[in-house]
Amino acid sequence: MARAAEQKPSPILDAMRQIREDAASYRGIWSWITTVDHKRIGIMYGVTALGFFLLGGIEALLIRLQLSTPNARVLDPDQYNRIFTMHGTTMIFLVVMPLSAAFFNLITPLMIGARDVAFPRLNAFSYWVFLAGGIFMNASFFTGGNILHGELGAPDAGWFGYAPLTLNRFSPGEGVDFWALGLQILGIASMASGFNFIVTILNMRAPGMTLFRMPLFVWMTLVTSFLIVFAMPVITVALFELLFDRLFDANFFNVAKGGTPLLWQHMFWLFGHPEVYILILPAMGIVSEVLPTFARKPLFGYPFVVFSGIAIAFMSWGVWAHHMFTTGLGAIANSAFGVSTILIAIPTGVKIFNWLATLWGGSISLKTPLYFAIGFIAMFTIGGLTGVTHSIVPSDYQQQDTYYVVAHFHQVLFGGAIFGLFAGIYYWYPKFTGRMLYEGLGQVQFWLMFIGFNLTFQPMMILGLLGMPRRIYSYPQGQGWDAWNLVATVGAFLIATSVLIFIINVIATARRKERAEADPWDGRTLEWSLPSPVPAYNFAKIPTVHALDDFWHQKYAEDESGRPVPVAAGGSGEEEPEVDVHGIHMPSPSFFPLITALGLPIIATGLIYDPAIVAVGAAVLVVGIYGWALEPASE
Amino acid sequence: MQHSPALETNTGVDNRKLLMWLFLASECLFFGSLIGAYLLYRDKNVTGPYPKDLFDIPFTSVSAFILLMSSVTMVLALAAVQRGDQRGLRIWLLTTAFMGILFVSGQAFEFTEFHRQGLSLSTNMFGTTFFVLTGFHGAHVTVGILILLSLFVMAWRGRLTQAESLHVELAGLYWHFVDIVWIVIFTLVYLIQP
Amino acid sequence: MTLAEFRGIRPATGEGAGHAAAPVHRQGAHPGPAEYVKIGLTLAVITAVEVAVYYIDALSDVLVPILMVLSALKFSLVVMWFMHLKFDNRMFSTFFVGGLMLVAALFVVVLATLRGALV
Repeated sequence: MARAAEQKPSPILDAMRQIREDAASYRGIWSWITTVDHKRIGIMYGVTALGFFLLGGIEALLIRLQLSTPNARVLDPDQYNRIFTMHGTTMIFLVVMPLSAAFFNLITPLMIGARDVAFPRLNAFSYWVFLAGGIFMNASFFTGGNILHGELGAPDAGWFGYAPLTLNRFSPGEGVDFWALGLQILGIASMASGFNFIVTILNMRAPGMTLFRMPLFVWMTLVTSFLIVFAMPVITVALFELLFDRLFDANFFNVAKGGTPLLWQHMFWLFGHPEVYILILPAMGIVSEVLPTFARKPLFGYPFVVFSGIAIAFMSWGVWAHHMFTTGLGAIANSAFGVSTILIAIPTGVKIFNWLATLWGGSISLKTPLYFAIGFIAMFTIGGLTGVTHSIVPSDYQQQDTYYVVAHFHQVLFGGAIFGLFAGIYYWYPKFTGRMLYEGLGQVQFWLMFIGFNLTFQPMMILGLLGMPRRIYSYPQGQGWDAWNLVATVGAFLIATSVLIFIINVIATARRKERAEADPWDGRTLEWSLPSPVPAYNFAKIPTVHALDDFWHQKYAEDESGRPVPVAAGGSGEEEPEVDVHGIHMPSPSFFPLITALGLPIIATGLIYDPAIVAVGAAVLVVGIYGWALEPASE
Repeated sequence: MQHSPALETNTGVDNRKLLMWLFLASECLFFGSLIGAYLLYRDKNVTGPYPKDLFDIPFTSVSAFILLMSSVTMVLALAAVQRGDQRGLRIWLLTTAFMGILFVSGQAFEFTEFHRQGLSLSTNMFGTTFFVLTGFHGAHVTVGILILLSLFVMAWRGRLTQAESLHVELAGLYWHFVDIVWIVIFTLVYLIQP
Repeated sequence: MTLAEFRGIRPATGEGAGHAAAPVHRQGAHPGPAEYVKIGLTLAVITAVEVAVYYIDALSDVLVPILMVLSALKFSLVVMWFMHLKFDNRMFSTFFVGGLMLVAALFVVVLATLRGALV
């Protein structure tokens, strides 16, 4: 109050205040731009990530077209390198990670009985920085000349950016600068998100929700967030080292002055291996939620699944050099990392067996989320097994840099992560939109995607073992590769068709008259106790939790044979009439997360083109930070 | 009487304090990686100048000492705000910031001096790893100085009372962290030479 | 607003307060300004010793271990007392020490593979 008296009236501040008040009513574009609501942020993450999925998918189709026949001329070598670099970078950093973040945002606060995350503005900041980073990185396409003539400026050194290829001498032009700076920006988004979810999960659980009464998805969010906050600083340093070499003539990877490219590889994979677990653990969390619901049985061996997730996270730090077996580290290093890589299959196997045991004896409801979840288990098992073949060092000498590796990581990232994420989309769609996706179209999408996926990537295992190298823009006839490549391309277009079916499903669903109920799947976790869509304040009354799967126990008791029997007063969606929701104060919307986020791509642009622009970006950043710090969290 | 936000959390610690400790844990990975690169390349210089040619240990010892003592003044600032001593808070905050400025000035002098004697980012591995490691550290100190000065202004305007002492505590955690990174760098880079 | 209001918990009632943990403080009395100054003087002395050892040629063979021990001591004093880690929730120690141990272990391996002869 004293503050208001001191301030002189300012038209800009008044206008901003007016916009914020309007935004608090959740209407209009400003309400999205200034939102700090985890559900809206989650939706923005999801929609943006799916947009990038289409972009990365088009890049994939271009790759497959170029490789469909020997000596094709769809893309020239330069274009091919840029397209495959952006395909990988996009799918990892702009699709799978943000889709996981979308679910962290949408689901975690609801599952722990909270009204929002610990730092709502930081949450919004994470999203805007992600969007800024994605746009910044893709803007590089336009910097190579006339894009309509096929002159692309995008980075072309692979998603893994190995030095010395990425140094100025071999990668002149700005592509690699856009890549490195873009990843720095995206790293900031991930870290902010990681910190936010750790604090949220540790500090904001509903009364009675001990750590071992948390849903498994929340556990995976927690574990993934720890991996993010410890792994991302390492790639941050690596990227700074690369940028210093490129922009300021440093010698981190300059062999002539005493540097070594192996430092890049170590740094990259020190980050990169935990990163792949960052990519898969959230999807595993989703599967661990979907299976029990559609088997109407609790997750089998919940503590083991939790401890396996934790074990995977710890062990993920001990395997990185399995990406470097062929670099001459020596027999001792190779053996040690070979053994550690074999061992990390164990906790993964534990999860798989617990999932199977969850389904066994359950009352199975074959709906689209379950199809994707079972597809995950099958595909991830195959992918994981190919990973174990990589762990045998002499075998890896044959597989390294061949299509066998490409098959492996697509098996786990597409057959695993993407399938898991689609399971989550179909499962939680009604909770946030109030409508169920069409089941028939969902199953068509699943089967097309499943068949397409297998047609695309299983041949690559054969191609790899037949010796087809990675990262080649074309191949000669007569290697025995032609037929399998063509099959793979057909498969890719089947995948594309399945994605089209998904889009059709989304559009058609938007026009559905029937509204989804609060608990359409007869779920086990707290989000299903809320109306669909969820009100702004989430819970009218914060629940007190007495057990794991507390909501299920509110609905069902067990009879003598252990079968669920509905309890009279259990259920969802009804608000107790006495609770006055008007007394619930939610955090106010804010401009400053977006303003602060904008500073980052401006600084990055300045570092590539003009130091004066760096100063502008820094000023925007500082204004954003001070505005944020001085603004009250709510009014 | 306003209850402490920390009491409403599952762990009993304030969200913001937990955030700061997580951030500092991640910064261990950041600085650890930079130090790792320095140690890796320590004896890989193809040409000079070498550390022994350039280092002025007495000078750097003084600036290291100043930074170390600034941690004392920082914690005295925290003690002051926690017991309601606004004047003490302002004095110790300003002193800490001033000592930080002295440190950064010493760094700037050292950088210019080394550059004058032929060391740049591109000269050799020492130039690359030294400037990047100590440069990032200096940037962190600079951010810390800005935070301290901002807190000083807040205190000046009466907005940093006992109830807001968490802000000083969090700034202190950051400041001490930056100091302990220098403890490591001073020993590993300056005192233990190849 | 307070976190309590944010979460819709009124602190005086049983709904939330009873289930939240009280702030955890481990050791007894908190240090006061006098203790902090004493620690500051200790730090100053250790630094002086470090610099002295650097210049004493007779000790040059044991220079590295001595310096490592002395800096570790300074590091611990600042972390445990000034950063209050000794007295605060054990979680903080877990995260911070965990980060330190992790980066140290990783770079010991990196340096071993890149510098040592690992056959």
